[in-house]
Amino acid sequence: MPGLEDLYREIILDHYRNPRNRGELPSPPAHRAEGFNPLCGDEIVLYVEVDGGGVIRDLKVGGQGCSISQSSASMMSAAVKGKTIDEARALTRAFKALMSIHESKLEGDGEPDGSGTDTPVPDPEVKLGDLEALQGVVKFPVRIKCATLSWNTLTQALDEVHQAS
Amino acid sequence: MSALDVAAVRKDFPIIEHHASLGRPFVYLDSASSSQKPRAVIDAMSEYYETTHANVHRGVYAIAQEADARYEAARRRVARFVNAPSENEILFTKNVTEALNLVAGSWGRANLRAGDIVVLTEMEHHSNIVPWQILQEQIGFEIRWLRVTPDHVLDLSDLEQTLDGAKVLSFTAMSNVLGTIPPIRHLVDAAHAAGAIAVIDAAQYVPHLPTDVQAMGADLVAFTGHKMLGPTGIGVLWGREALLDAMPPFLGGGGMIREVRLDGFTPEGLPHKFEAGTPPIAEAIGLAVACDELDRYGMDAVWAHERRVTAYAIETLTERLGDDLVIHGPPADGDRGGVLSLGFKDIHPHDITQVLDQSGVCVRAGHHCAKPLMRCLGVGATARASFYVYNDTDDVDALADALLACADFFF
Repeated sequence: MPGLEDLYREIILDHYRNPRNRGELPSPPAHRAEGFNPLCGDEIVLYVEVDGGGVIRDLKVGGQGCSISQSSASMMSAAVKGKTIDEARALTRAFKALMSIHESKLEGDGEPDGSGTDTPVPDPEVKLGDLEALQGVVKFPVRIKCATLSWNTLTQALDEVHQAS
Repeated sequence: MSALDVAAVRKDFPIIEHHASLGRPFVYLDSASSSQKPRAVIDAMSEYYETTHANVHRGVYAIAQEADARYEAARRRVARFVNAPSENEILFTKNVTEALNLVAGSWGRANLRAGDIVVLTEMEHHSNIVPWQILQEQIGFEIRWLRVTPDHVLDLSDLEQTLDGAKVLSFTAMSNVLGTIPPIRHLVDAAHAAGAIAVIDAAQYVPHLPTDVQAMGADLVAFTGHKMLGPTGIGVLWGREALLDAMPPFLGGGGMIREVRLDGFTPEGLPHKFEAGTPPIAEAIGLAVACDELDRYGMDAVWAHERRVTAYAIETLTERLGDDLVIHGPPADGDRGGVLSLGFKDIHPHDITQVLDQSGVCVRAGHHCAKPLMRCLGVGATARASFYVYNDTDDVDALADALLACADFFF
């Protein structure tokens, strides 16, 4: 049985206790997107402000949820703020690959070959940094959805920004 | 009435022995989701499969007749457990959700029109909300709500007005989140006075209190096997014979017809009219044995025991955890069952249950399929502990210890 320290790394608890970029932005101009985890009732509200050059100028996080969903959202906000949409998407792919690599390992499939339709192919150049602290989440499969909620919501927001422009 | 001998009861449940043999703590506090199964139920189902299994209703050969006899005997046993006047009034379904979908899909579709009124309560499980909302989208009737007060009981101050013109009142006999037990007979009588039928979701009630559907006075009562020591995959809808007779079939197929022609069909009589397809035979047999076990314990004793454990839990948790703890629901001496929805120090229920799991304490976190009630409580989720025949004060102590460890971990 994996221990709690695998799940609740100190940096995760830090982001949970002191969430970054918490709040709201006027919308418009910011784009507002909501994500729900119907299993547990967690919800994330993202406010994303993208400038004409495709750079995420500002980003705020609202909503409520468990330490994993909230810390993941906090770390995500810190990681993508100031990045271009393309960079944010690359980071999202890398993060989701971190989550799904272990999912496939848990199912006994060994290393992923990237051929699965749901398996994002990470760019080896993308560095996850602090976000790697969340990799312990995959030892607790029911919590993976908590960790990926804010990233799915970001993807949804960026898709909608893209469609609107 | 002799008190429940919990030490003896625990010996009836193989899963408790299993975890003990592995040296793992096992503090199961999630019976409101699903109860554990006694050996007698497990054995009866295995024995049926090993000696008797064949499909029911159509067989002439010996084991098919035997399977049929045992399935119908199970129906009589369940009828006796809830004091139904006739076994023809006991319909086996998949679960309470299917039973309530049957009510909405059969009675509702046949009797509700645009402009009609359906009354529900704010503390319903989604299974007593969504089937009505699905029908509402198709028909266009109005749904009115009995609200929940800040004291976590139903607000009945406008009951008569709310029911005025209603065709049906459908309500839970015990909230799966708060443990609140509403004044059942009062609600049923008020519905009838308004000319409405009364439907009861008794999923959390029948497993824990002596149940007499005739004394309840309602028209339709739904409950489920897996919360009352029985197997998953079997639920029950009891209904007044005349009402069920007048209702059209819900699901069509084999077993529910008397005749099928190219130009139409004639349904079978009760109860088979509502049991299309191969029914849950082994599950019915298991459920009948679950009724035997509960009657052996004595439902009065079961209820008294749960009241005692619940009162101990409210007192102990409040004393040991103080103001950091919120218990959503009526006080120990209120009309409530052994369901405690907890909030603790702003720690998210998912995190609470994750940490509790390390101590072998099994509680459920989430919205408990009652999102409207969660909104009313102003929370996204709760951590819910619920008690049954195999729980005792030692489980409460383990829960309190684990919650304190949880606070240490996060703060």
